[in-house]
Amino acid sequence: MADLDDIAHRIVARAQGDEQIEAIVVHERSTDVRAYDGEIEQLASAESLGVGIRVIVDGRQGFAWAGTLDQSVIDETLAEARDNVAFATRDEFVALASPDGVAVPKLELYLPELESVPTSRKVDYALELERATRGGDPRMIGVESADYSDSVTEAAISTTTGINRSSRESSCWLSVYSLAAEGDDTTTGFGFSVGRAPSALDLDRAARDACERATRMLGATKPSTDRLTVVLDPWVSAQLLGIIGATLTGDAVIKGRSLFANRLGDEVAAPIITFVDDPTNPAAFGATDFDGEGLAARRTPLISAGVLQGFLHNTYTARRMGVSSTASAVRGPKSTPSVGVHAAAITPGTSSRAELIAGVDHGVLIQEVSGLHSGVNPVSGDFSTGAEGMLIAGGAVGRPVREFTIASTIQRLLHDVVAIGNDIEWFPMSAAGVTLVIRDVTMSGM
Amino acid sequence: MLDETLVRDTLGAALLTGGEFAEIFVEDRRSSSAVLDDGKIEELVSGHDRGAGIRVVSGETTGFAHTADLSPTGLRAAASAAAAAARSGGGGTKVVAMVPRSAARPNSVLIMPADVAKATKVELLTRADHAARGAGSSITQVAARYMDSRRRILVANSDGVWADDDQVKTLFSISCVALGDTGMQTGRESVGRTVGFELFDMYDVEELARHAAQRAITKLNARPAPSGAMPVVVGPGGGGVMFHEACGHGLEADLVAKSASVYAGKRGEKVASELVTLIDDGTMPTEWGCFAIDDEGNPAQRNVLIENGVLTDYMWDFLRSRKEGRASSGNGRRQSYTHLPMVRMTNTYIANGTADPASIVAGTDRGIYVAQLGGGQVNTASGDFVFGMIEAYLIENGEITEPIREGNLIGNGPQALRDIEVIGNDFAMGHPGTCGKDGQGVPVGDGTPTLRVKSLTVGGTAA
Repeated sequence: MADLDDIAHRIVARAQGDEQIEAIVVHERSTDVRAYDGEIEQLASAESLGVGIRVIVDGRQGFAWAGTLDQSVIDETLAEARDNVAFATRDEFVALASPDGVAVPKLELYLPELESVPTSRKVDYALELERATRGGDPRMIGVESADYSDSVTEAAISTTTGINRSSRESSCWLSVYSLAAEGDDTTTGFGFSVGRAPSALDLDRAARDACERATRMLGATKPSTDRLTVVLDPWVSAQLLGIIGATLTGDAVIKGRSLFANRLGDEVAAPIITFVDDPTNPAAFGATDFDGEGLAARRTPLISAGVLQGFLHNTYTARRMGVSSTASAVRGPKSTPSVGVHAAAITPGTSSRAELIAGVDHGVLIQEVSGLHSGVNPVSGDFSTGAEGMLIAGGAVGRPVREFTIASTIQRLLHDVVAIGNDIEWFPMSAAGVTLVIRDVTMSGM
Repeated sequence: MLDETLVRDTLGAALLTGGEFAEIFVEDRRSSSAVLDDGKIEELVSGHDRGAGIRVVSGETTGFAHTADLSPTGLRAAASAAAAAARSGGGGTKVVAMVPRSAARPNSVLIMPADVAKATKVELLTRADHAARGAGSSITQVAARYMDSRRRILVANSDGVWADDDQVKTLFSISCVALGDTGMQTGRESVGRTVGFELFDMYDVEELARHAAQRAITKLNARPAPSGAMPVVVGPGGGGVMFHEACGHGLEADLVAKSASVYAGKRGEKVASELVTLIDDGTMPTEWGCFAIDDEGNPAQRNVLIENGVLTDYMWDFLRSRKEGRASSGNGRRQSYTHLPMVRMTNTYIANGTADPASIVAGTDRGIYVAQLGGGQVNTASGDFVFGMIEAYLIENGEITEPIREGNLIGNGPQALRDIEVIGNDFAMGHPGTCGKDGQGVPVGDGTPTLRVKSLTVGGTAA
């Protein structure tokens, strides 16, 4: 494999006249082992390549990408990107990132240990994960899939404006989908564990979670329609916070698609909420040393004590709003940089989850949501999601409930948060989860 | 795409460690897209992916590897990597003579998108932008997207299959934001077909743009959706996604085989109201989910899954049908050469009924009318599903009255199928969709006539 930096440099060196060029080159190797019924069902090993070339001339940008790095393909891709320039509308704010003096954080994103793990060991992980999950409870009737996966991704980005970065990241994860049954009732669960090398994986926890998530829903019934306090499990709040983070991008603001446009300095959430995007936090799944345009990752406060502080930006949205980039460009080799959340988190509170539940007289603990992508409109703020969980009465967790929705609006949810747990947890998503207690939410059931 | 000797050598190398079956899937996919947002053409993007995926089956184990390097060296390396998973080590399987399999294309392509000037594609977006903004002063933002792709595939395997396809798709979508006293609302419209640039002889982008704008404007006056269980009338073409989620996924043989479906073991049994006939049809000309051959080289088929309420068959791919000793139903699909195929839907729809659609609404005392559903999700083991309502109205005293804000509907698949009370005679296909399963997205279509479900739970905030 030719040096990725080299390939990126050579593309950028072909800039002519006042042409600006950005090249991103990515090489990924991955393994996936899936166990089923005590056998290896699938064993896949993969190697992917990608190159993306962006050309800007006089405020117009063109882009092209390819899934191979053959010289002839790179030539064709550069020619296509150049050809596409003429069709874009001229926009004085379109530009490549330039080095801005922010130091790149030192993060351990690559552990060489991963590359020395033999395939036979990876196979054992998948088989053992299935066995541990099946054996975890007599009501477990099967495992739909138990996977060990890993990947090593190398990327280089280079521009005519002086950006030259390269990175290497390793990751591996265990994931298992389980089935439990009792009488006519069949339920599903899942568990996972993520790390930068297998030594960081917690197989027992993945298996235990998969058992618990499936068995706790056995016998669940549909609740009555009600208005009550909801307690969001960290797994659920992480998904919600990722969506809220996405409404705080400069892109949404500029284009009139953010609930929070023109609200800087306003109280947009309960005063107990402080919300920060910090990809320099090594504990975060989305930790990164530089963003999709090659700028050093940095910490960006979004909401402080309920007051809106700022938005996330890439180079373009920052130039348009007259501010600095927050290094929030997200992209792969097959797209131009958009703006996104890397590693957002709410500052945790001091109470444990058990203490928070004990303080709820009439409520429901939400442990899983479905259809968030279809039931939340990030422009209008309308929020409605399918949910599963446990009723809470008099401070105690009661019977399991399923097939209902909870609904509100994003604007109201943020104001109605009455307590935050101390149990912050990072999941493989763009935001961390923490137990959240939210009052006055509609639950639709029977 | 590759010559026969190279394909034969690659399959031979894949079988060296004792696999019983080897397959090579070669793909060359070119795409172009253009995005207009905020009144500007932001970018034109050209993409090109090319490579091969090789799988080897040995006993219960599938080995898979893919490569972007289509040289003899690259293919041999991928074949060896895939073969490494086959553990029997016996050797001896031979590649039988490959017979070209011809499958009729569902339709011809009249205008190859690659032959159309980029300026012509971009101009569609500008026209749509003007039309949407002209639909009302409350329209504050418009985003429009054009996309075309040409996917050429070749599938060859050690059983002697040699089949190819050339799949051309063109898509246009537009999304508008309207601003009123109650905040912002959005409206969308999209069309996509397995055709070339002649898509725009079939549809007028300005009309689509005005529809999308009107949807956003209408919702400015929408009330919060009600909450609780009530009758739901689904409009023609707007609700196919409900059946895709509510029962389609549960009829995929891979999930059935793992007991991860509420429909496992129910063939021949009544699983729905006798009004319901559910069909999955990969041969429907020009539809978003059609093709000549699936991604395992089998011709597309029309498969009746539920007939007059009785479960007649599941959908099948190579692995599952081989285990069952039957033929594949042409439902083996994959997102790209970097993925393994699995059982996937194509175009899934509820067949026409006999009722007059107007009488279905008139016969509903209180409930909601869903003109367009959005995305959804299902738990195939429990049958619980949700899907979003993008455009919906209240039904009061047998009449469609006020628009309601967005929310999810939730229900249970087997129960919803039994609760279908009446089906109209106005069948229509819905919008082009992308179905996600196990991390892979494939293009699918869906459709329904107007129909009423006795009770679903509407997930709003109003009483």
